[in-house]
Amino acid sequence: MSLVRTFVLSLAIFTAGTFGTTSANAKSELVIGITQYPSTFHPNIDSMLAKSYVHGLVRRPITVMNADWETVCMLCVEYPTLENGGAVLEMTPDGKKCISVTYKLLDEAVWGDGTPVTSDDVIFTWEVGKHPKSGVSAAEGYRRILKIDRVDDKTFTFHIDRRTFDYANISTLGILPAHIDRKNFEEPAAYKIKTAFDTDPMNPGLFMGPYRMTVAKAGSHMVFERNEKWWGKAPAFDKITVRVIENTATLEANILSGGIDMISGELGLNVDQAVAFEKRHGDKFQITFKPGLIYEHIDLMLDNPVLQDVRVRQALLYAIDRNAISERLFGGKQPVAHSSVNPLDWIYADDIPKYPFDLNKTDELLNAAGWSKKVKGIRVNDKGEPFRLDIMTTAGNRTRELVQQVLQSQWKAAGIDVRINNEPARVFFGETITKRKFQAMAMFAWISSPESVPRTTLHSDSIPSEENNWGGQNYTGYVNPEMDELLEQIELELDRDKRKVLWNRLQNIYATELPALPLYFRANSFIMPKWLTGVQPTGHQFPTTLWVEDWTVTK
Amino acid sequence: MAAYIIRRIIHSLIVIAVMSFVIYGLMGLMPGDPVDLMISADPNVTAEDAERLRALYGLDQPLWTRYLNWLGAAVQGDFGYSRLYAQPVWAAIVPALQNTLVLLVSSLTLALIIALPAGIYAATRPYSVADYSINLAAFAGISMPPFWLGILLIMIFAVVLGWLPAGGTADAGGASGMWESLKFLILPVAALTIAGVGGHTRYMRASMIETLRQDYIRTARAKGLTESRVVLHHALRNALIPVVTILALDLGVLFSGALITETVFAYPGMGKLIFDAIMGNDYNLALVGLLLATALTLAGNLLADIAYASLDPRISYTDMGQ
Repeated sequence: MSLVRTFVLSLAIFTAGTFGTTSANAKSELVIGITQYPSTFHPNIDSMLAKSYVHGLVRRPITVMNADWETVCMLCVEYPTLENGGAVLEMTPDGKKCISVTYKLLDEAVWGDGTPVTSDDVIFTWEVGKHPKSGVSAAEGYRRILKIDRVDDKTFTFHIDRRTFDYANISTLGILPAHIDRKNFEEPAAYKIKTAFDTDPMNPGLFMGPYRMTVAKAGSHMVFERNEKWWGKAPAFDKITVRVIENTATLEANILSGGIDMISGELGLNVDQAVAFEKRHGDKFQITFKPGLIYEHIDLMLDNPVLQDVRVRQALLYAIDRNAISERLFGGKQPVAHSSVNPLDWIYADDIPKYPFDLNKTDELLNAAGWSKKVKGIRVNDKGEPFRLDIMTTAGNRTRELVQQVLQSQWKAAGIDVRINNEPARVFFGETITKRKFQAMAMFAWISSPESVPRTTLHSDSIPSEENNWGGQNYTGYVNPEMDELLEQIELELDRDKRKVLWNRLQNIYATELPALPLYFRANSFIMPKWLTGVQPTGHQFPTTLWVEDWTVTK
Repeated sequence: MAAYIIRRIIHSLIVIAVMSFVIYGLMGLMPGDPVDLMISADPNVTAEDAERLRALYGLDQPLWTRYLNWLGAAVQGDFGYSRLYAQPVWAAIVPALQNTLVLLVSSLTLALIIALPAGIYAATRPYSVADYSINLAAFAGISMPPFWLGILLIMIFAVVLGWLPAGGTADAGGASGMWESLKFLILPVAALTIAGVGGHTRYMRASMIETLRQDYIRTARAKGLTESRVVLHHALRNALIPVVTILALDLGVLFSGALITETVFAYPGMGKLIFDAIMGNDYNLALVGLLLATALTLAGNLLADIAYASLDPRISYTDMGQ
C-alpha cells in the first residue's frame, strides 16, 4: 500500500502546478481553437474557411467587406467607384460594354521580407489566376479581366469585360508575391505543387499582415508571431497559436481546462452546442452569436407531381413552426429565414410573404389542392394515394437530424407523412443532390456571400442534367422566365436603387413560389475569454482575424 | 527458414499489388470527387471551373488509366502528391506515422505489461476472487466505448482536476522538456491501454487455462517442480502462441492508427490521416496509407510465424514447400 501511496503522491507532485494554462502567458499570447486544418496555404487554390481564417492573421486583401457589410479598401487607398472616377465605363473594340477600374495600393504596404507590395504582384496574380493549369479554383473573376495597365509601382487599372454592380470588389483576389513565386510558375502545370505557399510556408515574404506564420504542423497547429514589417496598428499579442481540434467535445474541454483561450466562431461549435455551453459556463466566458450567410433550407424536387402545386409547397411551410425550432433547439440564436437573402444584407426585403406557423392555413391550402380526405390521420388524394414525402439530409449531422425529426412530427400533425431517408455527405452531395435523385425534399445549406446573385441555384439554365454533365446547382429544377430575367438584370444593374427594386421582386417571387423551404440562417458562436475585446464577428465569409490588430486585452 | 521468409515476402508483395488495385477501385466507386468538395466550399466555382479542374487533376480520365498512371510512378518510387496536405505523400505520412508509433507502441507495451501477468495470475487461480476481479476489469475495459472513455478521461483529468492537458501534442501545447511533453501522451495512452488490456488479458487467461490442462503440465508438477517454474517455464511458451497471433493482427492496427482516439485527443496520427484522405478523396494519400497498413499487417503475420517457431520447437519451416 505504501508503494501505491508513493506512486499517487509522485503523480500528483509531477502533474500539479506544472501544467498550467499553455495560453496567453501574461496575456502576451493567445491560443485559438478551430476544427479544421487548411489543405493548402495558397490563397487562390482550393477555397477553405480554415485557410481564410488563418490568412486573416497574416495577409490582407485589396478590398474587403467589413462588419457593417460595406466593401472597403484594405490594401488600396480609395475604393474606386464611378462617382469618384476610379471606375470608368468603356466599350470594347467590338462594341461590348465593359469597365475599367483603377486601384492605388498603400505606399506603406510591404511583404514580410520588406519588399514592397506592387502592381507587379497583382499582374502576376492575374497571370496565375487565368492560367488553366495553375490550379486556381474559382477563375471566373480572373478570366473577366481583359488586360491590366501598370500605371506605376502602386497603381494599376483592370479592364473588365462586363459591367456588373460589384465591378470594384476584388476581395477574393489573394495577391501573390511575384518576387517569390514567379520562379515557381515557370512551369504552370507544376505550380500548384511548387508554390512557395506550400513548399516554403514560413517564408516571411508570403505575408503582409500583422503576423507571420512561424510554425505549421499539418493536422495539429500553426503558430503566428509579429510581423516586424507590418505597417498598421500594432497587434496586442506577441504570439498567436491556432490549434486544430476537430472533435467539438474536446474543443470544449480545452477551453474549460485552459488549453485554449477562445473557440473561433467561424470554425467552432454548432449553435446548439454553444447554447448548451452557455447554459453551463456562460458566466466564465463571453459568448457571442452572429447569424451568417449559411442558409439552411429544404430544396423541393419540382419534378415530383405532388410538389408542383404551389399551394402544397406553401402549405408545407405553414405547417412547420420555425420560430419554435429556433427557440427550443437554438436558443433563438438562429433567425428564421424568409428567403435566401440574409436580413443583414442591404438588399433584404422585409415586405415579402412570410409563413408563420398556421395549421388552419395549411388545412385550407391542402384542401384546395385536393388533399382534403384523411385515412388514419394521413391525407389522401382522390385516387386514394397518401400524401407521403421523403426528406433527406446528411447522415451524422446531429443538428439536422434533430430538426428533421421535429419537422416530421409537425408535418404529421398536418396530415403529411414524411419519411426520413438520410445518406452520408459523400453520397448525398456527390450523387443524390448533384444528379437530382432525391424524391421530394433535401435539407442542406448554401454558403453565399453578400449580395450574391443566386444564378446557379435559380436560373433555368443551371438545372443539372446528363446533357450538361450535371453542371449547375438548380437542384429543384425551378423554371421561371421572370426569375431568369431578374437574375440576368441584377448582375448588370449598376444603379443601387434600381437594383434594390429588382432584388425586391426576386425575393417576392422566391417567397411566393417557394422552390425551396427557407429554414434559418446558421449562426456562428464565438466563445472568448472575458479579458479579450475587439473581436467583431462579421456574419459573412470574411473572418474576424482580418481585424486582429483591433483585438485587445482588457486590464 | 530463410527460403520461407523470402517466399512470404514475395507473396506479400503480390498481395500488396492486388490490394492497391482493390483500394483504388473502391475509392473510385465512392460518389463525388475532390472537385465536388471544392464546389461545395466555394460558391464562386463555376461549371467551367469544375470541368477545368477535373481535367487538371486527371479526374476526367477512366479509373483504369488513373490507376496505371499511379502504378507506373509508384514502382519508380514516386507515390505522388497529397492534395489534402499540399505536399508529397511521404512528407504527409512520416510525421503521422511517428506520432502513431509513439502512441500505439506505448499503449500496446503497457497493455501487455498489465495483461500478460494479469491473465496468467487469473488462469492460475480460476474462479477465485482475484480471477473474478480481473475478469470484471477486463470486461469493463472491453465494453467501454473508446470515444466515451476518452472524453471521460479528459473531463476528469484535464477539466475537473486540471492535472493533464485536454489532448493535442506537446508542441501544439507549447510544452518544452521531456516531462512536459510526456504529459500529452498520458491520457491517449491510458485510453488505448484500457481499451486493449481487457482483450489481451482474456486471451492470455484462456490460453493459459487450456495449456495448464495438458498432460505434460501434470507431469511437470508430478516431478516436484515449483508452481512458478511450471507456469513460467513450461506452460507460458505454449500459452503465448494464440496471444502472438492476436498481437500480429494488432500490428496492422498499430500502424493504421486509432481513429477515434486520435480524433478525441486531437492527436494527428495515421488513423486520422487515412480517414481524412478517404473522405477528402485524396487518392494518393489514402492509397499509400492503406497499403502501408496492409504491408505492416503482413509483416506482423510473418513475425508471428517466426515467433511460433521460436516458441514451439515442433514448428519448422525448413521443409515446407519442398
